[in-house]
Amino acid sequence: MTIANIDAAWIDAALTAARPQAVAALLRYFRDLDTAEEAFQDACLRALKAWPKNGPPRDPTAWLILVGRNAALDGVRKQSKSSPLPPEELISDLEDAEATLVDRLDGDHYRDDVLRLLFICCHPDLPATQQVAVALRIVSGLSVRQIARAFLVGESAMEQRITRAKARIGAADVPFGAPGAEERAERLNAVAAMVYLVFNEGYSAGGQELLTRGALCDEAIRLARLLLRLFPGEPEIMGLTALLLLQHARAPARFDADGAVVLLEDQDRGLWNGRMIAEGLALIDKAVRHRRPGPYLVQAAIAAEHDRAERPEDTNWARIDLLYGDLEQLAPSPVVTLNRAVAVAKVAGPEAALEMIEPLAPKLSGYFHFFGLRGGLLLQLGRKDEARVAFDQAIALANTAAEAAHIRLHLDRLMKESAGG
Amino acid sequence: MLYAILCYNFEDVVGAWSPAEDAAVMARLGAVEAGLAAAERMGATARLLPTTAAVTLRKGRELMVIDGPFAETKEQLLGFYVVDCTDLEAAIAVARDLAVANPDRGAYEIRPLAVYRPGSLDGASRQVRGREAHVRGAGA
Repeated sequence: MTIANIDAAWIDAALTAARPQAVAALLRYFRDLDTAEEAFQDACLRALKAWPKNGPPRDPTAWLILVGRNAALDGVRKQSKSSPLPPEELISDLEDAEATLVDRLDGDHYRDDVLRLLFICCHPDLPATQQVAVALRIVSGLSVRQIARAFLVGESAMEQRITRAKARIGAADVPFGAPGAEERAERLNAVAAMVYLVFNEGYSAGGQELLTRGALCDEAIRLARLLLRLFPGEPEIMGLTALLLLQHARAPARFDADGAVVLLEDQDRGLWNGRMIAEGLALIDKAVRHRRPGPYLVQAAIAAEHDRAERPEDTNWARIDLLYGDLEQLAPSPVVTLNRAVAVAKVAGPEAALEMIEPLAPKLSGYFHFFGLRGGLLLQLGRKDEARVAFDQAIALANTAAEAAHIRLHLDRLMKESAGG
Repeated sequence: MLYAILCYNFEDVVGAWSPAEDAAVMARLGAVEAGLAAAERMGATARLLPTTAAVTLRKGRELMVIDGPFAETKEQLLGFYVVDCTDLEAAIAVARDLAVANPDRGAYEIRPLAVYRPGSLDGASRQVRGREAHVRGAGA
């Protein structure tokens, strides 16, 4: 690889890393998402020309903000010759900003800017999938085409969806003042949930979609790291980052060469990413010292129990059962109870687990994993006919081809057994 | 003379590398390390996990563990210990012992290691000692 190649990769990574902070700061000046995005694009183009010649600036983010701001103001000035001046509130802090910009680019400003930007993306008026789409467009800078591919919709449909979401955000009253401590904590929760959603979009992909949607997991981890740098003392952000790292560490072993699901207990643990696991475990270790466990941290601790086991039979299921008990208290949901039942089946047997999930049936009647687990437990108990019914229901509810194929495998085995017997 | 080479880069740039890009950089570094190791000039190598995974034990009248590393910029990294501990608690205990032994100012940053290759530090220092003896012999 030549030096020029390394530089291009470095610049690419620097632009990606600076994007949330730079777009957020530009949004503060221009109070318009499209203007802020265009200004950032302009600054990136100039960086691609200037940095290889002059070397990267000491603070790439500050450079991009300053250059992006000037580029956008140039545009406004040119327009103003032929049209009336834009209203004052569209260009805030015009006079003093230039002189004091660098002074103001301290951590506190970045933090509130990025939080505001992320918070705008998880506007409560938007449905969750739109929150994720807008965040990927504005915060992560993915192209509409990339996002459309990740969501398995057409490019023009996604373009429309994002434009509509932006319009709704623009019409809503977005608070631009510095948030107070309490408000900030509330926002941080919403933002953490949005990062978690981005991750799940990628994690639930399988087979063919893996290439396009797997990148969403990397992106979610990058956003979680960004949050962690902005809020280094928040145990739940440590927990969220640890959770994503510990789950994603298993990605290389989750699917076989044909794109079929490989269950946790069948995975080649040698393929797991040791460095991600080490970082996740260290973050849990650190977060636990705060003695304020939250749902993300407990979920991370559960993932850690799996990652720690060198062989499936080394898994500490009793501890996982206890942790799910904690999670049921912190964030009760039928899905959490369903997951706990997997641990209960290992500790106390399939009968106890089946008893535990039966009351969940009315709430989870549309949930793939409920019928998958039910079928598996019935099969262990030798109740084959009932198992077959449950597996049939699971296939009908499968979200991805890989999920359906996995259940199909169980069914085929059942058919073969009954044919042979 | 042995030199410690401490690696600096923008953490958010390195953090934005994809796993494939990261692996490519590590492979290139690995080639350099292999050359040095073959020449017995390679000591211990450690890659630190991100700063967000670190905690700091701040010295003072009362020893205090805080989320770190937020050492003041005036304070510089002077060296590092590599210790084998079962968990963070044990590592902090070691740092406490060090802080008690050297109670002046400053802080110890406790950072888990991602990669640790013991290398041939002993071999290298033996070689260097041998060369020094040779130089002294030539001077005499």
